[in-house]
Amino acid sequence: MDGTELGWWGVPIGVLGGALRVSTPFLFVSLGECITEKSGRINLGLEGILVTGAMTGYAISFVTGNPWLGVLAAGFAGLLLGLIHGLICNLPKVNDIAVGIGLMLFGTGLAFFLGKPYVQPTAPNLPSISFGAWSSSPQIQAALQVSPLFLIGIALAFLLAWAFKNTRWGLVVRMVGDSSDAARAMGYRVNLVRTLATAAGGFLSGIGGSFLSLYYPGSWSEGLSSGQGLMAVALVIFSRWNPVYCFYAALLFGGAGSLGPALQSVGITSGYYLYNAAPYVLTLAIMIATCSTRRTLAGAPGELSIVR
Amino acid sequence: MTERDPRYPNRREMLRYLSAGAAAALMPGYASRALAQTGKLTVGVIYVGPRDDYGYNQAQAQAAAALKKMPGVKVVEQEKVPETTDVQKVMGSMIEQDGATLLFPTSFGYFDPHMLRMAEKYPKVRFAHCGGMWTEGKHPMNTGSYFGYIDECQYLNGVVAGYTSKTKKIGFIAAKPIPQVLRNCNAFLMGARSVDPKITCQLIVTGDWSLPVKEAEATNSMVDQGVDVITCHVDSPKVIIETAEKRGIFSAGYHANQAALAPKGYITGAEWNWLTVYTEHVKNAMEGKPFKNFVRGGFKEGFVKMSAYGKAVPDAAKKKADGIKAQMMKGDYAIFKGPLKDNTGKEIIPAGKAFVQTDPVLEQMNYLVDGVIGKV
Repeated sequence: MDGTELGWWGVPIGVLGGALRVSTPFLFVSLGECITEKSGRINLGLEGILVTGAMTGYAISFVTGNPWLGVLAAGFAGLLLGLIHGLICNLPKVNDIAVGIGLMLFGTGLAFFLGKPYVQPTAPNLPSISFGAWSSSPQIQAALQVSPLFLIGIALAFLLAWAFKNTRWGLVVRMVGDSSDAARAMGYRVNLVRTLATAAGGFLSGIGGSFLSLYYPGSWSEGLSSGQGLMAVALVIFSRWNPVYCFYAALLFGGAGSLGPALQSVGITSGYYLYNAAPYVLTLAIMIATCSTRRTLAGAPGELSIVR
Repeated sequence: MTERDPRYPNRREMLRYLSAGAAAALMPGYASRALAQTGKLTVGVIYVGPRDDYGYNQAQAQAAAALKKMPGVKVVEQEKVPETTDVQKVMGSMIEQDGATLLFPTSFGYFDPHMLRMAEKYPKVRFAHCGGMWTEGKHPMNTGSYFGYIDECQYLNGVVAGYTSKTKKIGFIAAKPIPQVLRNCNAFLMGARSVDPKITCQLIVTGDWSLPVKEAEATNSMVDQGVDVITCHVDSPKVIIETAEKRGIFSAGYHANQAALAPKGYITGAEWNWLTVYTEHVKNAMEGKPFKNFVRGGFKEGFVKMSAYGKAVPDAAKKKADGIKAQMMKGDYAIFKGPLKDNTGKEIIPAGKAFVQTDPVLEQMNYLVDGVIGKV
């Protein structure tokens, strides 16, 4: 081995690198959706929010020259869309799933429309933190280039898990999600809590979008998300509404997604369509293994329209 | 909706003809002038992605933008039209509402069945498809296809890559394993092997025309395996070229000029020059000349061009590539000639046989030549 090629080691390193690079948008969107769903609502529009966040982040970074301002702007764009979803769903007899699908179409359409002039220019990207300096292998160094957003995401996952158990507002969100009658009896304003939770979820999803356009792959185009926002919604159910499990699930999805290219690059060339489908096959397998007809999903918020 | 026989006008068209006839009877001078006036044409251009994607669609859109400057030509465009029945609806509305009589459906998957179906419905409209395999007798005479021998450019990309690569491993990221893509990949490697026969080319197929995350992953895993010059055949090479630049390897462009994205690593690139084709079709349509169904061309016809050489390209590479390009300009350079084996060891072209670029056999390519690591 002459230090420039890895051979079979390329697969685990590729998958590790892929997990670190690709998982962040999944992580942010699923954490956002976790907050929303814990309060008893589903926001299927996160795909639209993700794409809007990606476009806004890229545009602001291009205009101001500061990628972190882009991240913030993406968050606020997401917050705004989340707020719209929350407010509409406060109206009586409104179905949150239908509104979510509407929001998804609205968000992607809006982003494509406003994002036209930003497809071509190159905006400044987010910096990365290198954890690979100990290794002499350039491949490991490259795999361990980590975005600060990824680290923030990890911290947030554990913080949220702690907060849902130990803080007042965490318990309020859970109560509203589990039984709105109980919450009302306690004197909490159910709609207000849900609106805020949806807006917070939108904020995180917007940031997830800015990661796509400002870090990896690092440019705005209309095919950028290719359904990652929708997959992240599924991830939340998959990880049983637990923020820490969301983090593991995001890593798993990121790693599984890079399995296809990594295997092709070491010469496993047959069946690449199958390997590219790996993340979905994995989800199906785990869903089948853990679902049961005799009980509802463990950990599901009681007010959620899909489990009620 | 009931299908109507296109030979007979429907009620609305009938009314239009009748009123036009009445008007013509009243103003004989004007009518004859109006009928003689062939100087107006509405052209419809349909893209599968955004027009400014640094790639395939941008190359088409640049030609469409230049058409707009031609006197009497009106261009209607629609972006992001999927390769489904959606494109039939778009074609229909361009014809019915905008009055387009010449259409450029530019994406590969529009051809069969969508464009063929619409061509039967509107026999007076000309359909010029990019890249499809039009066959006389099999497909309607108002349809046709145009394409360029961009494998000539990919061959030159390969020549320059052969000189710039230090690891002797080059890479090709493909969207789908269709003949045009395989032809480009093969030409890229054969160009590099004309410099050094030990070079190999890694092929990664992503599965669709635009998957930015997967394209970036493919680039990264190639770099991890020691590939140091990369090119691609996807709709928008932007992400691949940028990722290659970030990882510090060389890249050769495709579709359009991406030099601005990789000031250090961009060596050269294969570019389309569609205006030549578009202008010819528009002129024929305006002058009422017959539709040219099968249009092909390379360097010689001005259908393709190369990006300027990057800073990292050595003089020897420039000299060799320019020499081959001059031969291609004359039209007597065969890329695919025997003896040639595919990467499973089977003989594809026997020694002594050479395919000229125009040979339609090359457009059915379903193999990867010896030295490409990958599978169709």
